[in-house]
Amino acid sequence: MIKKLQKGWRPIFVLLLLFIGWEFTARITEIPTWLLPTPSQIFNELINGWSSVSVHLTSTIKLIFLGFVSGVTVGLLTAFILHNIPFLKESLYPLLILSQNIPIIVLAPLLVIWFGFGLLPKLIVITLVCFFPITISAMDGFRQVAPDLFHYMQMAGATKRQLFWKLELPFALPSIFSGLKISATYSVMGAVISEWLGSENGIGVYMTLSSSSFRTDRVFVAIFLIMLLSLLFFIVINWLERFIIRWKAEEKNRGAS
Amino acid sequence: MELLELQNVSFSYRDKQILNDLNLFIKNGEFVTILGPSGSGKSTIFQLIGGLQSPHTGSIILEGNDITGNRGHISYMPQTPSLLPWRTIIQNVVLGQELKAKKNYKTADEMLQKAGLMEYRNAFPHELSGGMKQRVAFSRALLSPQPIICLDEPFSALDELTRHEMQLWLLSIWEQYKKTIIFVTHNIEESLFLSDRILVLSDKPARIKQEVIVPFSRPRNEELMFSEEFLRHKKMIHDFLKEKVGQE
Ligand SMILES: Nc1ncnc2c1ncn2[C@@H]1O[C@H](COP(=O)(O)OP(=O)(O)O)[C@@H](O)[C@H]1O
Ligand SMILES: [Mg+2]
Repeated sequence: MIKKLQKGWRPIFVLLLLFIGWEFTARITEIPTWLLPTPSQIFNELINGWSSVSVHLTSTIKLIFLGFVSGVTVGLLTAFILHNIPFLKESLYPLLILSQNIPIIVLAPLLVIWFGFGLLPKLIVITLVCFFPITISAMDGFRQVAPDLFHYMQMAGATKRQLFWKLELPFALPSIFSGLKISATYSVMGAVISEWLGSENGIGVYMTLSSSSFRTDRVFVAIFLIMLLSLLFFIVINWLERFIIRWKAEEKNRGAS
Repeated sequence: MELLELQNVSFSYRDKQILNDLNLFIKNGEFVTILGPSGSGKSTIFQLIGGLQSPHTGSIILEGNDITGNRGHISYMPQTPSLLPWRTIIQNVVLGQELKAKKNYKTADEMLQKAGLMEYRNAFPHELSGGMKQRVAFSRALLSPQPIICLDEPFSALDELTRHEMQLWLLSIWEQYKKTIIFVTHNIEESLFLSDRILVLSDKPARIKQEVIVPFSRPRNEELMFSEEFLRHKKMIHDFLKEKVGQE
């Protein structure tokens, strides 16, 4: 535990050094604020503008949450259907990969034309960027079930449904969580991009407004908030994973000690 | 009456014939061992009885019903323990019941008590030694509702000492439950020590080339393995295994 804390401080220490270096260089070279603000200016802006920033922030967090839930649902359902119906897997799997090649920036305005400025086009964008890692990781997990466990379940007379719920799904959980972690960070980016489509509130909106009025300090506030959100979300998923997959965590601990 | 019967069963993988016109029967409450060299088709016999494969000819009869190609009529213990790593020991033990009937924690707890595993009731499989895992796997098979247990070389991955311990343990538990067992092994001593009857399998394609009734009384103990009678039988079965059939 103590070791973990010590290790955890290292990246924070590096980050602090970076900020201090940045602060000094910016001050000595007297770079104008609209080009590159110093960390202290960014921090001040965060504190002073908090009342308006917090409104944007809560709106974005809500959107991330809704989008992530929708992406996870679509991702898991897709994996479930493709895994259980081989015919669909053969015909749809290549199309899934293609869906990831659609440039979101191009698709986004089209979605607005089709679905207006409401919640729906935003959810579609987020879902599109975050369902894929979940589908792939879940399908890999289902497929990689240990052969001896599969054989035992078959010999013991498990039905197809029992095989899925009692063996394949729990077996795939660690793999699914890897997908969830990737999707969690994607969903934050997806939410910000979807807010560019047109929205009243949100970090994405705050960011575009700030950059078009050359408030570079606010752009940086937005950048840091987005990074922080991604990190926090990742940590939450990680914590959930440890809570749910306890048998694995203990295995790891044993291996390490 | 016969509990399980295989009638004229033949099976091949593509053009490789594994079983040719195999006949065997198992009576209720019997402990029967199928003894044969590696690759002779022992696991294949279980896959046929378990319904994972269908014989090309012949049929499999359990309690008078034709179960050829149907799954779920036997309980099973493989060579690897095959415990689900995310389930605790007690949850693993009730798995066999759960798949075919209702979970019964009372009998499961009694079983764990007898198996000497009560203190591991809520542990995960990775916390147990190889021998303990096999005891859990056998408990799971024993509590499954099916009338017959198929054990496929369950102790062959264990070290010599643990294997010995496990054989004694298996007998002590079996003598309390008296469930019908088909045991597969390539180890002559193991087959003699454990079973009532030994079916010696010939190699490629497999047929029963000899049946040996084991005369030793129960309960059996380790001393038996060093008796003259035991060694004589061992030699006899050894000769059966070596002798080539098919030239008759
Ligand atoms: N899926 C398979 N496809 C082709 N051949 C197989 C397959 N499974 C087993 N065999 C062959 O069948 C023979 C019998 O195998 P098996 O029943 O596992 O033997 P045993 O359990 O007695 O060691 C072996 O020669 C093996 O190579
Ligand atoms: Mg085998």
